[in-house]
Amino acid sequence: MKKYNLAILVDNKPGVLTHVSGLISRRAFNIESISAGYTEETDVTRINIEVSVEDKHELEQVINQLSKLIDIIKIVNLGEVDSIVRELVLLKVRANRETLKDIRNIVDVFRGKIVDISPENVVIEITGSQGKIEAICEMMAQFEIIEIARTGTIAISRGPVPVKNM
Amino acid sequence: MLMNGAQAILESLRREEVDIVFGYPGGAVLDLYDAVYQAKFPHILTRHEQGAVHAADGYARATGKVGVCFATSGPGATNLITGIATANMDSIPMVCITGQVGNPYIGKDSFQEADIVGITTPITKHNYLVKKVEQLPRVIKEAFFIARTGRPGPVVIDIAKDVFSTQFEYEYPKTVNLRGYSGEFTGKEEEIVAAVEAIKNAKRPLFFIGGGLTLSGQSRLFREVVKMSGIPVITSLMGLGCVPSSDEGFLGMVGMHGSYAANMAVQQCDLLITLGARFDDRVTGKLSAFAPNAKIVHFEVDKAEINKNVPVEYPVFGDLRWSMPIFLNLMIRSCDNYEKQIQEWREHVIAMNKEHPFAYNHEANTILPQQLIETVSKLVDDDTIVVTDVGQHQMWAAQFFNSRKPRQFLTSGGLGTMGYGLPAAMGAKLAKPEHKVVVFTGDGSVMMNIQELATMADNNIDVKIVLLHNSVLGMVYQWQKLFYGHRFSNTIMDTKVDFVKLAEAMGIKGVRIQGLDGFEANLQAALEGEGATLIDVILPPNEDVLPMVAPGAQLDNMVLGE
Ligand SMILES: Cc1ncc(C[n+]2csc(CCOP(=O)(O)OP(=O)(O)O)c2C)c(N)n1
Ligand SMILES: [Mg+2]
Repeated sequence: MKKYNLAILVDNKPGVLTHVSGLISRRAFNIESISAGYTEETDVTRINIEVSVEDKHELEQVINQLSKLIDIIKIVNLGEVDSIVRELVLLKVRANRETLKDIRNIVDVFRGKIVDISPENVVIEITGSQGKIEAICEMMAQFEIIEIARTGTIAISRGPVPVKNM
Repeated sequence: MLMNGAQAILESLRREEVDIVFGYPGGAVLDLYDAVYQAKFPHILTRHEQGAVHAADGYARATGKVGVCFATSGPGATNLITGIATANMDSIPMVCITGQVGNPYIGKDSFQEADIVGITTPITKHNYLVKKVEQLPRVIKEAFFIARTGRPGPVVIDIAKDVFSTQFEYEYPKTVNLRGYSGEFTGKEEEIVAAVEAIKNAKRPLFFIGGGLTLSGQSRLFREVVKMSGIPVITSLMGLGCVPSSDEGFLGMVGMHGSYAANMAVQQCDLLITLGARFDDRVTGKLSAFAPNAKIVHFEVDKAEINKNVPVEYPVFGDLRWSMPIFLNLMIRSCDNYEKQIQEWREHVIAMNKEHPFAYNHEANTILPQQLIETVSKLVDDDTIVVTDVGQHQMWAAQFFNSRKPRQFLTSGGLGTMGYGLPAAMGAKLAKPEHKVVVFTGDGSVMMNIQELATMADNNIDVKIVLLHNSVLGMVYQWQKLFYGHRFSNTIMDTKVDFVKLAEAMGIKGVRIQGLDGFEANLQAALEGEGATLIDVILPPNEDVLPMVAPGAQLDNMVLGE
């Protein structure tokens, strides 16, 4: 299985997410993550999808089927262009006076931030590639991860050209 | 112009040249039906919403226009589901207008509330929930545009109850402005050039046509290509009628119950030139062994169909309305004397077809279903529209009825919906009153929308219903015979129903035909009589649809039963 990041520009209309998620389930596509948000244009929403596919052929199917949805304006495979891929993660980790210093050191190495602290735990904010996030999770496991919240990956191409002009 | 939402809908339908609507009223659409009443808008009250949606579908298939139906919220709308899915699978243009509970009640599990946009998302080309009356004209304009352009399909417009009664300043938009959908599907001419080049170099080319050819209205040009090139033709169930079944180079339907020659030709050809077909599993049999010696050309309006099931060497992406005229011209220019080049191949497939036609026992001492269809085919004129239900009778109709023109063989292909026949036939008859409409149905299928006999009777819709009464759910019975050791679980119908009396009770004529004595004369009289008639033809239960390619087997591995 190979993973690809797709950037999907859609009309900001009710029902759009129903249509996208409905199609994904109907065609039994494997989705690693999905997120959506407003863009520089008020009536356009950007949906970021990370798909898992067997091969190029399956990826082509995903893109062609999604393209058929009426409210999809544009769909670009960011795996095909040089792009930056990020995910934001909030980690709630067990902590006490003894472990706090070690935790802080690890967070620094990963260039994360401790954004909340209490006698029993810390909340760590970290962004990065999936590899980096897996690595910090592995390191934090020794202190006990109480909870994880992840946004799923979003991606943007390098250079001045936006997805809508690709 | 000041009007309310309900009036705005009817006005918009008029502008879309809708001349009839099928539907069923209820609480959420009271205002819409009040407008229908006041405007005397042509409307057929079916006896079930499923009848309405299939009737709209039959209307659309017979004409190529967008079929329209109305239903109320909740159960009214959910009763449309089978019909919407049927239309979606066969790419039929349709607009279904459903009432939704009023705005303040949405999301509260209110009386007769169902999430119709959610439910119909996987079975529509597009759908809308309209909560503000100002959106109505734009939404209706878009819905018709989406339904009929490109690869057609059903569009659902779900409308909150209060929208129907809200007054507003009505104006119908002149244009559609959808950023993600232009409705135009024009491809690259180089792709057609490459396809023609491949045809030029082929030794054993074969045309494979599907429902897309019917839908695009390009079968006339296609016939010209066939005539000038001599390339033999096979079809999917949905492509029947694009080429007359009696044409010499026409080898018939391909696939599970396809003809011997069609299936063998696929396996032997070196170029399969496909137009508007989607390589359904009922067509291909074992996918990895499909057309093993052939490269594939695929003319297709839906990009997602290219390479979906079979790898395509020569894709021609684009609407056939665009590609067909170019293709014909290129063929005329570059395939001079082509018939000579492929003469041996053509003669070979025609000989196969003559040697192994669809066959049945001509010496039987009862009426056989195949013979019944063949006889009807002989008795009716070239403009007759045939509609089928689903089962063995559907396959026999595909095999033994001589389909002569496009849009005259209406059948639920993709979804295989029992109960499609009667209502779709009504829709077809209302669309084409000057054409004879014959529906072939089964004793199982007919009961699934039997209530529509009342609609036929009350609206004088002259449909001739040929009931292939074999006392079994024949198609399932056949599978149980072949693959489940003759364990006929729930497929034998020793029913006490008297279909002739039932027809009469509903207000149409009923005739029974049993035994070979006077068979043809009685059949002819019933088909030529005035008014809707149910012809109950008693048949033996044991006939199989043959040839048959077992599911998952390859096409040249047919049970012939000769
Ligand atoms: C709505 C629906 N339910 C079930 C089926 C499965 N099915 C396919 S053919 C068939 C039997 C049809 O019986 P009948 O209408 O008598 O036709 P015959 O095969 O006997 O000609 C059944 C049950 C179906 N296609 N559609
Ligand atoms: Mg039957």
